[in-house]
Amino acid sequence: MAIESANAGDGDVAIRARGLTKRFGDLVAVDHVDLTVPKQQVYGFLGPNGSGKSTTIRMLCGLLTPTAGEIEVLGLRIPEQAEALRLRIGYMTQKFSLFEDLTVRENLEFLAAVQGLDKPRARKRIDELVAQYRFEDRQKQLAGTLSGGQKQRLALAGAVIHEPELLFLDEPTSAVDPESRRDFWEKLFDLADAGTTLLVSTHYMDEAERCHRIAILDSGRLVADGTPGELTSALAGRTLEVRAAQPRRAQQALVGLPGVLSVAQIGNSLRVLVAENGDANSRVAEALRNAGLQAEVAPADPNLEDVFVSATRGQPAQREAA
Amino acid sequence: MKLGRLLAVMLKELRQLRRDRITLAMIIGIPVMQLVLFGYAINLNLRGLSAGVADMANTSGSRALVMDMVATGVIQPTLAANTPQQLMDALRRGEISVGVVVPPDFERRRIDGREAVQVLVDGSDTVVQSAAVQLAQVPLDNSRALANATGARETTPQQISVVSFYNPQRRSAVNIVPGLIGVILTMTMVLFTGVSIVRERERGNMELLIATPVTSAELMIGKVLPYVAIGLVQTTLVLLLGLWLFQVPVRGSVLDVYLAAMLLVVANLTLGLLISTRAQSQFQAMQMTFFVFLPSILLSGFMFPFAGMPRAIQWFAEILPLTHFLRLIRGIMLRGAGIVELWREVAALVVFTAVMMTAAILRFRKRLD
Repeated sequence: MAIESANAGDGDVAIRARGLTKRFGDLVAVDHVDLTVPKQQVYGFLGPNGSGKSTTIRMLCGLLTPTAGEIEVLGLRIPEQAEALRLRIGYMTQKFSLFEDLTVRENLEFLAAVQGLDKPRARKRIDELVAQYRFEDRQKQLAGTLSGGQKQRLALAGAVIHEPELLFLDEPTSAVDPESRRDFWEKLFDLADAGTTLLVSTHYMDEAERCHRIAILDSGRLVADGTPGELTSALAGRTLEVRAAQPRRAQQALVGLPGVLSVAQIGNSLRVLVAENGDANSRVAEALRNAGLQAEVAPADPNLEDVFVSATRGQPAQREAA
Repeated sequence: MKLGRLLAVMLKELRQLRRDRITLAMIIGIPVMQLVLFGYAINLNLRGLSAGVADMANTSGSRALVMDMVATGVIQPTLAANTPQQLMDALRRGEISVGVVVPPDFERRRIDGREAVQVLVDGSDTVVQSAAVQLAQVPLDNSRALANATGARETTPQQISVVSFYNPQRRSAVNIVPGLIGVILTMTMVLFTGVSIVRERERGNMELLIATPVTSAELMIGKVLPYVAIGLVQTTLVLLLGLWLFQVPVRGSVLDVYLAAMLLVVANLTLGLLISTRAQSQFQAMQMTFFVFLPSILLSGFMFPFAGMPRAIQWFAEILPLTHFLRLIRGIMLRGAGIVELWREVAALVVFTAVMMTAAILRFRKRLD
């Protein structure tokens, strides 16, 4: 698996998890996940809702006790040493979790004090964050009255107030408009540039593409792991673009064809993902001819969405091959 | 435990409280309301009951009698009727609480020593019913008995037997106000902290808090301390209103009163915290608070004498902080006892607090599972 290639010296690893499992009754939310997150990178967790992203993050922060498996974060054993870890990590929850009935500045003051910053340092740090996150004229505004994008910025400011080495962000941009999302990601890269390790979960492909490395989770299992480039190049030759006069009928002809993993219509063309068998191109063309349809079949560049589809829909054997 | 973090939690609580208008209103409103309500309810000296009068005799003697009844202040004539039937109808419709019937042969009955006047009373209201007994005390010229017709149609043969009924009014008012401090503190303090932790869980703040270095003890104690001050404000309010409205004295030391109040406040706050760690929602926390409040008010000796309760109930009541507080506060305020003399009750409250606080801190896990 790709994991091993990321295993440089131990000093460069922020998070290492082996066989991480969490069961809630009969439900297996996280199923034997192995993870290695290198330091000073933006590491993405990609997966649909309910795939176990939040549960994994909570276990890594020590908020949930794993049913099985080993976790080491910043050299600390989790959950045993979770209290020591809390001084060194920041955690931004999926739902806005600052106090809505406190002002922007009061929230930051509370977090600074709780994180153990002394008064002068806290004041300096808060002024810094207020400027950096553009809250100069909103310091006295109640957090509950901020817009979605502003809330996310404030939550991020609160999560980094003690300059943590490692920052967990659980779907930070799920309730934010595209403009704010771009702005938010700029802030994340600023942090990574300053030496922070970031673990971000998302279900947006474009966000996943921006990460240094990503892990794809599906139904609690890790189905792919690597840099976006590695993951997409592994699919080379397996994505086809089919231009047809009647794309809907062409789609019907291809769905269910052996070796075809998915057929998605994009405007007037179809995007076809095939299993790794070399002659996919000709078999797709043949199937279309047999159905009496005029169509042009050409190879396409794979993207992360294809990676996601092949990882979540492919047979286990094929996943191993990927 | 670090002082900085503890102070941060306290400051946060106070800032949130300052913006929470309803809670602020409760802090002042509940003591004032309860004191006025209970103060009024225990004041059984009812005045101005609306009354209908059917004076069918209409003699100088009968008119004088009705005037005497009105002069007691208990009734306020609002309806003049011709027949007892009209009075009964008005009574049923709730237009009047009392009906006075003077039969046409009033003078002769009075001379004969038979029942001369009938007082019809709305028996569905026990307070009104007992107030009517007062009316029966109005003497006829020759001190003959006056009939008193309640729902059960019982007659009051002699005026004297009624008098003892009403004697202890004053004493019970004095008795209830100190207890009321306890009832108010039990009601508000358990509720305030009862919803405090669960509120943060409901609003999603808890996930943030437990991911920070703040410890369970810092969080719990930081949440409790601001309310101790609020409890003492409430105590002051009840003491002042009690003195002003009902002339309730403080015979012991005022410092002892505050010490006792502080003990109860802390005991209730820790109980509230424990509730808060158990409850799944603010609504549930309020329901649980009610489970504490009802037995407290009924079994502690506030409403009914403790000595009259079955042994098993007494044992149960010994668990309730209010039971011990009542003994403390009545001792201090009414009998002028010192808090040291009542060390048993102090010890009971301290033990209760320690157990509840420990349980709350232990139960509160800095985990989501």
